[in-house]
Amino acid sequence: MRIKAEHLSYVYNASSPFATHALNDISLTIEEGEFFGILGHTGSGKSTFVQHLNGLLRVPSSLKKYKPKKLKKGETPPPPTVLQVGAFDLTDKKTDFRELRSRVGMVFQYPEYQLFAETVAQDVAFGLKNFSKEKLTDEAVEKAVRAALEVVGLSYDELKDTSPFDLSGGQKRRVAIAGVIVTRPDVLVLDEPAAGLDPLGKREIMQLLHRLHEEWCKTVVIVSHDMDEIAENCTRAAVFSEGTVKFVLPPSELFRHSEELIALGLDIPLTAKLCLALEKRGVTVDCDFTTEDFIRRTLALNA
Amino acid sequence: MKAIEFKNVSFSYGSGTFALKNIDFAVEEGEFVAVLGHNGSGKSTLARLSNGLLEADGGEVCVFGLPVSERKNLFEIRKNVGIVFQNPDNQMVASIVEDDIAFGAENIGVPREEIGERISFALGAVGMEEYRHATPTRLSGGQKQRIAIAGVLAIRPKVMILDESTAMLDPRGRREVMQVVSRLNKEEGMTVVLITHFMEEALMADRAVVMNRGAIVMEGAPAEIFERHEELETYNLALPRIGYICNRLREGGMAVEDTLDVNKLAEEIAQCVSKRNI
Repeated sequence: MRIKAEHLSYVYNASSPFATHALNDISLTIEEGEFFGILGHTGSGKSTFVQHLNGLLRVPSSLKKYKPKKLKKGETPPPPTVLQVGAFDLTDKKTDFRELRSRVGMVFQYPEYQLFAETVAQDVAFGLKNFSKEKLTDEAVEKAVRAALEVVGLSYDELKDTSPFDLSGGQKRRVAIAGVIVTRPDVLVLDEPAAGLDPLGKREIMQLLHRLHEEWCKTVVIVSHDMDEIAENCTRAAVFSEGTVKFVLPPSELFRHSEELIALGLDIPLTAKLCLALEKRGVTVDCDFTTEDFIRRTLALNA
Repeated sequence: MKAIEFKNVSFSYGSGTFALKNIDFAVEEGEFVAVLGHNGSGKSTLARLSNGLLEADGGEVCVFGLPVSERKNLFEIRKNVGIVFQNPDNQMVASIVEDDIAFGAENIGVPREEIGERISFALGAVGMEEYRHATPTRLSGGQKQRIAIAGVLAIRPKVMILDESTAMLDPRGRREVMQVVSRLNKEEGMTVVLITHFMEEALMADRAVVMNRGAIVMEGAPAEIFERHEELETYNLALPRIGYICNRLREGGMAVEDTLDVNKLAEEIAQCVSKRNI
């Protein structure tokens, strides 16, 4: 499913003293099949954007109580907001948001805090049963839960009756992800999927996401602060700042704008830092900012 | 004087396996020690044993010479050893910043007049003076964590333990917190135990220890530890990315030395390349 947003704005606490414009007229398209990165520092609007993708935050015109504003004479109407996820039109009141949510999986930050059921199997099955239009047979549930646990690298037979609270941190996170992908969403959105894990745990989660991207969910969108993660993994990345989108580029081009990113208060990947420092010393390493490519090209200069 | 001393300490959460096994570990007063280790290596258990949140199953933990195992010492020990935890949201107890900071100080019976001064001192130390009357829920993660640190500072402990206190913060928040911690150690002489799996943070410490399966397996200056990268990897700790790049370049025949400094590595690469071109 292709994600397309045009002229999307969002205000928190509208018409109150705490009103904050989290998104200002942004336009962004994420193609089907991408491993897309969203970056920006705290308060840049990136979470507000991704929460629109499965209707947790709504475009006003999709709400039942919405009435279009009457225009004064001579006033030009604002450009129409477009927000589409595949065939779902998120600006339309008639859209089946429940169906949308089962097609767009959302994994929040620290998803392990959202585990709640008595056993791993029940926890993973919860969303599946919730979204299903008719009552599922026990066999169908078991089959789906087994597959979801297996794709995240856990054994159904070993863990199905274990309490999710007895698992290690990394395992808990996998169970939480399994509980989201069990509906086989087309789009998987993850907010800081690797935060708080140790280096090995980080590597494992990123490997898991690539596996999911290949076999399970066509489009993966990750929100991340970790520039190295973006440089190594993403097909393209969007940079959010103060409610607007500053760049949408593949990492190999994005980090050529290193100085502008630093000016926005963002980090850059280590490889980009090295390229900048080398540039100052008159050495140009023309790499795509992945570690492997940097090493290869640096060694080529030495050959 | 040893601020914290572990003598042959063991601890088990009751599942038959030891979370800590026969640990000998000491932190000198005024020292900045980093404790590294993968998840489940026993780092947090170490922190919780240091101020009596957990009690050792074997051996003895002493804080400034006082054994933690004796109940009558606990009050004194907790005044001296403050812990800042991982999740900023779990550490806020009041709806106004200054009330939140006062909580610990009130708890240990600081006179009312003095509490005001301590709040000012603590807020100044973390650079958050203008947020005295703010609501914690409206602060960013880094700001909340600095308030949590201020709450610990208001008790005026001699030792501060940070148990992965930056893990949930964004890079900016992480920098804010680390600057405060480093300054407290350098300027106020605060003893700091920093539990982390960010290698870059461990570099700021005087000494680093690495834990694996409940034991201390490496110890030394942080830079020295990072040079032993093969060993680090066996404990499931990845080398900082820059160390990995140094290694790979050297394997590829480029004469660069191990460093964790971007500019230094760039300088060395530039030298190697320019030699080739002459």
